[in-house]
Formats: sequence, C-alpha cells, structure tokens
Amino acid sequence: MRKFVKGNDAVMIGAIYAGVDAYFGYPITPASEIAHAAAEHLPRLGKEFLQAECETASANMMFGAASAGKKVLSASSGPGMSLMQEGISYLAGAQLPAVIVDVMRAGPGLGNIWPEQGDYNQAVKGGGHGNYKNIVLAPASVQEMCDLTILAFDLAFKYRNPAIILADAALGQMMESIIIPEKVSDTPDTDEWAVKGDLKTKNNLICSIRMDVDGQEMHNVIINKKYDEMQCEARAESYLTKDADVIITGYGTSARIARSAVDALREKGIRAGLFRPITLSPLPAKELNACATGKKIIVTEMSNGQYRDDVILNLNNKEKVVLVNRMGGNLPKVSVLMETAEKMMEGKA
Amino acid sequence: MIKRSTGLYEEFSRKEGTASRATHYCAGCGHGIILKLISEAMADLDIQDDAVFIGPVGCATFCYYYFDCGHISAPHGRASAVATGISRVLPDKPIIAYQGDGDLGAIGFNNAFQAANRGDNFALFFVNNALYAMTGGQMAPTTLAGQVTTTTPFGRDVVKTGYPLKVCEVFETLEAPVFIERVSVADTKRIMQAKKAIRKALEIQKEKKGFAFVEILSPCPNNMRVDPVKAAEAFTEIMEKTFPLGNFRDNSEKDIPMPADVPLKTASEITGGGREGITTKNDPSFKEKKFKFSGFGGQGVLSLGLVVAEAAVSDGRYVSWMPSYGPEQRGGSASCSVIVGGKEIGSPTIDDPDVLVAMNQPSLERFAPSVKEGGTLLYEASVKSGMEFPKGVRVIPFPASAIASENGVPKASNTAFLGAMTALGLLPFGDGNVIDALAESFSPNPKLIEPNKKVFEAARKWVSDNKQ
Repeated sequence: MRKFVKGNDAVMIGAIYAGVDAYFGYPITPASEIAHAAAEHLPRLGKEFLQAECETASANMMFGAASAGKKVLSASSGPGMSLMQEGISYLAGAQLPAVIVDVMRAGPGLGNIWPEQGDYNQAVKGGGHGNYKNIVLAPASVQEMCDLTILAFDLAFKYRNPAIILADAALGQMMESIIIPEKVSDTPDTDEWAVKGDLKTKNNLICSIRMDVDGQEMHNVIINKKYDEMQCEARAESYLTKDADVIITGYGTSARIARSAVDALREKGIRAGLFRPITLSPLPAKELNACATGKKIIVTEMSNGQYRDDVILNLNNKEKVVLVNRMGGNLPKVSVLMETAEKMMEGKA
Repeated sequence: MIKRSTGLYEEFSRKEGTASRATHYCAGCGHGIILKLISEAMADLDIQDDAVFIGPVGCATFCYYYFDCGHISAPHGRASAVATGISRVLPDKPIIAYQGDGDLGAIGFNNAFQAANRGDNFALFFVNNALYAMTGGQMAPTTLAGQVTTTTPFGRDVVKTGYPLKVCEVFETLEAPVFIERVSVADTKRIMQAKKAIRKALEIQKEKKGFAFVEILSPCPNNMRVDPVKAAEAFTEIMEKTFPLGNFRDNSEKDIPMPADVPLKTASEITGGGREGITTKNDPSFKEKKFKFSGFGGQGVLSLGLVVAEAAVSDGRYVSWMPSYGPEQRGGSASCSVIVGGKEIGSPTIDDPDVLVAMNQPSLERFAPSVKEGGTLLYEASVKSGMEFPKGVRVIPFPASAIASENGVPKASNTAFLGAMTALGLLPFGDGNVIDALAESFSPNPKLIEPNKKVFEAARKWVSDNKQ
C-alpha cells in the first residue's frame, strides 16, 4: 500500500512496524510531529507514550524501559539532543538498545528551526562522555524515514547499542509517497541481559559502573570491539559513480540536492556521480574509496565541514576534497554544486 | 544473633574485596539499616523475584551488591526517571527506587517531583543525611542552616545558599502521591517506625496502587566527624527540628484512580488509508515540474499543494511536497513547494518554479521574480500590485475569490485555482486524478465535495471563456 505522508509521520509508521513498545519525548520544532503521532497511535496499540519533563528525563526513561528489553523511541532536535547526551552515554555504557531521531535544525544554541546538519559530530562521534559510538543512520527520503527506523531498531538490538536516525528539518517536514510495511517485526529474545521483574532475569544487572580500573578498561575494549564488528553494517548508495570524473558526496537532504546537481551536470555532458552514505556510523569507507579513488571529490553538507573531515580521514589516497556547504537553515544550491564541478573539471578549483 | 534478611544475597559476590558477607557501608551509617529494612520487607511480602530495584549514584550506588532482585544502576539524579520508564513498560511489577539527598533533592529534583506529580507507579526511598557523603561531605539541598560542610566551610548561609529543602512538604502539595512519610533510623524506636513505613510503601507497590514516598533521615558519622553513637544522638536532636518526622499522607485504602480507556486498533488500521496498486514509474523522458503555492494561512495553500501532489502520486509520478512551517507559517503567510518528476526527486525546495500560484500580495511580490523563464504565474486578480513581472513568463490574473464566492463557497479560492490549472494544462496528469484527489481531500467532510466541484468547473469555464 502506498501513502503520501510527512517525513516525521513516516518515522512513527516505521516505529509501529518495528514493534515499538514505548515513546518518551519532549516537544521541539521541527521534530514534534513524531511525538504527536506517538501520542495518537501508541495508546491505541496498547503501547506507552509519555511526554517527559525534559529531554534529560526522556533519555533516562528510555534507559529504564530499555533495561526491561523493550523497544524504546524518542525524537528531538539540536537543543534537546544536547540534553539527551547524558542518557545516551549511559545507554551505550550499559549496552542498551534505543532509537533516537534527531530532526536537525540550525545551531549552535537556540539557532533556528530550519534544516541544518550541524549535529553530525555529536551523533557520529558519540556526543556524551566516554569511549563509545552510536549507530547513526541518515535517511534521504520519506521512505527511508520509515525504513531506516525499522533498521535502527534491528541494529540497536543486534548490537545492544543506541541508534540515532540523523534526519533534518527538510526531511521531517516534507511529504512523499511511501510503501507502508506489511508486517510488524518480531520481539527479540532479551532474557540474557534484560531485567524484567521475573525469576529468569532476576540475576541480570543493568549498569555502566565498574569500580576496578581493569574491569572498566576491559568493558571499553569489549564495546569498542563491538563497534569494529558493526563495520559490516555499513550501507551506501552510489548513483552514476562508475564512469564518473567527479563525485559529489553528501547525506540526507544534502544528498538530494547533490543528486539534482549530478543529473543536471550529466545533461551538460559532465560525468558526475553521487556517493551517499546511508550509515554515518559505521561510515562506509570501503564503498567511498571504491567509487571516489582517483576522482575529483566535492563534499556538500549543511554544516561546517564536519562530514567533509570524515571523508578526508577515510580517503586512502588523500584526494583533494572541495567543500560546498551552507548553514543557518540554508540549503546548498544545485547551481553552486554545478559551477564547482565545472571549475574542477577545468582544473580551476 | 541478628537474623540475616533473606531479601539480601547470601554472599555479596558483586562486591570486590574479601568480606563477601559484609556491606561496604561505614560504621554507624544509616544505609546499612535501611538496606536491612527494605530487604526484610521485600522478603516478607514475597516480591523479590518480581521486583526491579533502581539504585542511585552515591554511597547507595551499590544497592545491586546486596538486594536479591533485578537491578538497574541509574545515572546521578535519574533514578526516578529510570523508574518511570520501566514502570511504564512493566506495569504489574514492583518497582523500587532509592535516592540520596543530593541525587533527588538537587540534580534530579525535577525528575522526582514530576514522577510524584504524575503518580508514577513505584516506591521511592529518599535517604536524607543532610550532605553529599560519597563525594566528600559537600552541601546538599537538605544541609541544615549553619551546618559546616566541605563547600560551606563557614556554615550554610541560608541567605546565599537557600534553606534546607523539605521534600515531603513539597510533595504533599501534589495530588497524585498515595503515601508520604518521613522517618529516621537514628535509634531503635525510630527504626521500628521506619520499618513500618518502608513496609507500607512496598505493600502499596506490590498492589500497584501508585507512588509511595518515604524520606529516611540517616546519619553519616563519617562526614559528621563524630563517633556513631554521638552522631545518632546529635543527628536526631538537630535534624528533626528542621525535618519533623511523621506521616504526611496515606491514601492506600482509597480506590486506585484508573486512566481512561482508549479503543485499541491494529498497526494496519492505524497506518491504513493509503492506496493499493499504485506503482511509481521510472520515466526519464518526463520533464520534472516545479510548483509553488503561496498565500495567507487559512486560504488553503498547503491543501491545494497536497491535492496536486496526491493527483500526481496516483498518476505514478515521483512527488515531493514541502511546506513552509514554524514562525513563517504563523506570521500569516504560507507556502508550499510541489515537485513532480519521472525519477527520484532531488532537493524538495524550489528556487525557480515552473508554476507559481500567488493568492495574496505579499507572496506575489515575494515569489513572482523567481518564476522560471517560460513558466506561468497565476495570481489572485483582486490583488493590486504595481510590480513589474519577469520577462518570458506567462502572467494570468485569475479572479479565484470572485468565482468561489459566486458559486457559494467563498473559502474555495484554492479549488478555483486548481480548476484553472487543469484548464490551462499546467498539471502534467489527467483531470480525473485531480478531481479524485480533490474529493479525497474532503473525505473528512463529504458535504463540501459537490460545492467544491462546482467551483472547480466554474474556474475551468472562466479559463475557456477568457482564452487569450
């Protein structure tokens, strides 16, 4: 079945089919529609919706419900994501699954409610204290807002780790037609680690504290080994990259703009291609190198080069990378991407 | 010999060191007594196997060394939020949270307060020793006036640092808590009363009657820098002047209020309402078309865009719809961008529309210069503007509001524009799709369908009568 829906609503459709048990969240533009949908739908499914007193509380409420092996969801944007970092670090430390949607707005501080991608480092590099990583997925369409929410729950439970959907205000607010999933996901077996108030799980312990330094170090080693293993989950889309001379790379809304630029450049006879990471953590480094090695590379993002830095870090041959970015709620322009690509092809940029 | 509580583990194997049957608490510390009282009550009420215990940060972080039940170790101050979370998904299980005075009274006060106000279904034990013990004897919100701590070396100056926080008295102002009592473990008599209150709170939790709160005054001889016996005596004398013992509320015999029922639905019922059998076609020969709809909020600008988008979807096209939102919308003007294509849509925003519909003066003046050469500008004819229109653009002043009013639906200017767009051939798909999408948009209010169809047809007629 096809339905024309808003990106934020597609998140909740995905969550419903992922079998979400509880939503804890605090309203914030431009993510609030996710809370509205959760409030409307979850009680009707016999599931839990609670509007928390702040994002610090919502993250810790997720921590509590995730401890019982339940599928928990929250959604927020910049300022609220900052408040959640305490809880996200504890979720990672206690190896608990949770899905958090960041519908990014412009920052820093209060910023504004228009789309930006300035929370990249916060999501991809951890964000809270300690040696941990989030799983980070980057939807670029309303369909992916739905599908990646389901994938986020799968991965969060597979690796017992928080997963962040790094969307932006444009993706949250726009509408596209999506195919509605058909089957609600199964409930994973969590008896081995969860605390459910029964005899079977009574001796389980959810905690992130290890008083002995060697024990805490070993815990860090274990979770970091897990992050290495996650590399196999890396996903990316390569569009017209095979014969491309110039690769434009970006994620989310930036990738959509890059796609338009690639099409327009192709019409002008310039062989351009798009590399779009779907997972930002793990970053699809192998796939990036496979299509970008030896090519001219443009990174486009709605932030100050945060994604660009990771591209540079991961390019084996250290190709030159040109950044085309906008901030503050502005989107990169197709025309600027085209001009940049044309200049690079002429050897001028 | 004092009988060992069966609510505690036989051996404290999670604890490091050699003394696997002793607690880590200092001599004379109240936590050890509280541990015993809670564990005895858990065992007596036979709730250990079902209970989940949420420990705080501080000296009681290590509750999970001792209580023989499921455990969660919460972040500093967040035990109440964590307990709220798990109590919501395990509504039948006894949930027990334990917090100190810095944990609950300072960093986590709002979480505890809001949980109390919601009447979240857990028992909350609040241990008040008037200072931060583990962190090194700093001032807590409960520190007494004049009390010397490591961060109040001259004694707590209430003018600068506030007054001792009386949590029971604050919680008593709330409607939802079922049980509120302040007790002490400073001497035997008081311990017996504490035992009763703790047991009562756990009984309430066993029966899942709601939020039960017990504040326990608990001496910390180590940080008071006196021996345990003196600490207990001094503690009682000084503390109870500020924190009087007693029961503040016991509603445990009253009926439990129940939330209103919500009718249940299945996932497919909730996400239904879409259409079967529509496939999106990859059609590179189809030239992408960009529409911008703009006007005052309330003129149906966003829904006009939605009808166009829905009609294009049902024609198998790739479509994106992007609204203006937030303050821009609230400022009085609204706009949306619709892109129809034969392949995946790139940017959902539009810099240069092929078609602009402007329903008021501000949006006409704002967006008209952006219309692409060869594009069409359709605007409300009653809008007077001295502006110069861009060259190479077909400009059509269209009397939408007059047509809508003449046909009895003054609010249906948007439908009139829709009719005009079909008649002008601006929509790259069949009129049937548009009429279906229009009817569908009124499905919550079907009596509006026919009047709107009338406006739609009148608009089409206007276009054919005024062909240039």
